[in-house]
Amino acid sequence: MKYFKKAALAAATGAILAAGAAQAETVTIATVNNGDMVRMQKLTDDFTSKNPGIELEWVTLEENALRQQVTTDIATKGGQFDVMTIGTYEVPIWAQQGWLVPLDDLGADYDIDDILPAIRGGLSVDGSLYAAPFYGESSMVMYRTDLMEAAGMEMPEAPTWDFIADAARAMTDKDNDIYGICLRGKAGWGENMAFLTATANSFGARWFDEEWNAQFDSPQWAETLNFYVDLMNEAGPPGASNNGFNENLTLFRNGQCGMWIDATVAASFVTNEESTVADSVGFALAPDNGLGKRGNWLWAWSLAIPAGTQQEEAAKKFVAWATSKDYLELVAENEGWANVPPGTRTSLYENPEYQKVPFAQMTLDSINSADPTNPTVDPVPYVGVQFVAIPEFQGMATAVGQQFSAALAGQTTVESALANAQALTQRTMDRAGYPK
Amino acid sequence: MARQVTLNRRLINTAVAWSLGLLIFFPILWTILTSFKTEAEAISLQPSLFGFDWTLENYQEVNARSNYPRFFANSVIIAVGSTLLGLCIAVPAAWAMAFVPSNRTRGILMWMLSTKMLPPVGVLIPIYLIFREFGLLDSRIGLVFVLMMVNLPIIIWMLFTYFREIPGEILEAARMDGANMKSEILYVLTPMAVPGIASTMLLCVILAWNEAFWTLVLTTTQAAPLTQFIASFSSPEGLFYAKLSAASTMAIAPVLILGWFSQKQLVRGLTFGAVK
Repeated sequence: MKYFKKAALAAATGAILAAGAAQAETVTIATVNNGDMVRMQKLTDDFTSKNPGIELEWVTLEENALRQQVTTDIATKGGQFDVMTIGTYEVPIWAQQGWLVPLDDLGADYDIDDILPAIRGGLSVDGSLYAAPFYGESSMVMYRTDLMEAAGMEMPEAPTWDFIADAARAMTDKDNDIYGICLRGKAGWGENMAFLTATANSFGARWFDEEWNAQFDSPQWAETLNFYVDLMNEAGPPGASNNGFNENLTLFRNGQCGMWIDATVAASFVTNEESTVADSVGFALAPDNGLGKRGNWLWAWSLAIPAGTQQEEAAKKFVAWATSKDYLELVAENEGWANVPPGTRTSLYENPEYQKVPFAQMTLDSINSADPTNPTVDPVPYVGVQFVAIPEFQGMATAVGQQFSAALAGQTTVESALANAQALTQRTMDRAGYPK
Repeated sequence: MARQVTLNRRLINTAVAWSLGLLIFFPILWTILTSFKTEAEAISLQPSLFGFDWTLENYQEVNARSNYPRFFANSVIIAVGSTLLGLCIAVPAAWAMAFVPSNRTRGILMWMLSTKMLPPVGVLIPIYLIFREFGLLDSRIGLVFVLMMVNLPIIIWMLFTYFREIPGEILEAARMDGANMKSEILYVLTPMAVPGIASTMLLCVILAWNEAFWTLVLTTTQAAPLTQFIASFSSPEGLFYAKLSAASTMAIAPVLILGWFSQKQLVRGLTFGAVK
């Protein structure tokens, strides 16, 4: 009996110690607040039940606050996070700095080759994957089928910019507060500059030539910006220079936009039951100018592991779980196929159930038509479709965005906005020592 | 006739004061109203002030998604802690400068205030590295210390202005009666300065409660206060205004109530010594 008691005591102590050891393995995940991420937080019981001994702590932040906190932490090796949510802009820069753990060994059944090639290319440096895509998005045209019909036009699957301009002017009915086209105008590198940089690619423009010289004095940029400002003045909503994603979403859902070119993720917002135009929304690829590049961007919120984390193994397990095929099925089981995080895996688009989602094919086609490693008509020394993956880009592009927003608002001319953009970009690049 | 003029003037003054007050309070009122709307109504282009379907779903969602009590407790600990620690340093400092001034007192006071002129992000990396070395990242004690430092110049300045209002003769009289420095501060100065200290405390708690740079950068999970709670409901793409408003309302409610009940002290504290 005595021995039995001792054994029981030893077992209990062992159990407590084991529990203590297990508790020590806490993975802290920094993330943004969007629908797919919130859904993932609700589903983490599946992960913790499969991986006893790993606890998850979440830090959800607004995108810019997250970027600031995560950048500070990783640059100082603060070690506050074990997994961080970052975008296609950060991954190439941070990976080259040696700040991220390569993710080539996420397990035998992870099937890394299943990741969409465009997305994988944007998240890899020298052939190694440095962040696992959680969801990917591109941009496309969303349009009102009823207004298009009333204008006597038919949207092709792959429209040109000329068609978009004609259709926008034909659909505009300012007396009834209907505007042919809604586009981003609010200044910011992730706001109007995401749209305009991607658009400029399709006009044959580029940020830099191969020697890193700014190219805003090129005729292609003048054509891009003149086209945008003229079109918005004639067929855009009033005050468009203040409009970002959410403002245009509101206008579109209220039936005031004929067309809206923006993130593919918007498709579910304009077609859900709260949208007044849900029954009459069509989708098309982002427009082109016949030069071989379309005006759509590519973005993927991805999970990366900072170099120097104490919990590398546990963090890898989590990243593998959250970006696996099984996770997509888990979401489908719980929330339906329409809510599965899109744009990361080829197998998802081969799934007959997922093919029934109305915007699935268009999202895939849009993503596939963007190539972050070869984004422009003329060759460039940088990676990125709607951005240039260098640390200076954020500040520079926001300043350029302010110039372009002012041109849209009529506070300055297109010529002087471009001249200012050229001067400030060249100055920043000269100071940073880029031009060869 | 004279009475008529005074009445008119009073009416005008009241009307102006009320409109100004409403104008300043309107964004907060709008936030509170939005928190009771659905997401679709929150972004409606014809927003209505009261005539919408009131709903509590945002509060339910916010509560389901985050652990409000933990954020709230952290906010209380950080705001009150930094205020108390700040007072322990500021009371002797302000006492010395008010009652035993030297040639350099003005200069020291200005120098202290000048630290408020530096944008906080300018010292972000050094502070972050110090915190990392001392293991203070994501700790309440670290934030208490930083917020104390941030608010210290304001506390010292406010207390200095109060203490200067206290006639030096009273302290002299106390000394004549044989009071030493300890009893002078404890039994003579403190009781006279209590209203001033109280309003300084209140202001300092409010400032620390609303601080949204250091609290966002230096915390992750364990020490995260209500500013993190609000930030977690903002989103670049999607519909979030109603939930964000609900989170904001829950975060500002405690300090709003505190401010409401102590507005007399606050106003007195902020205008004390202003008109001379």
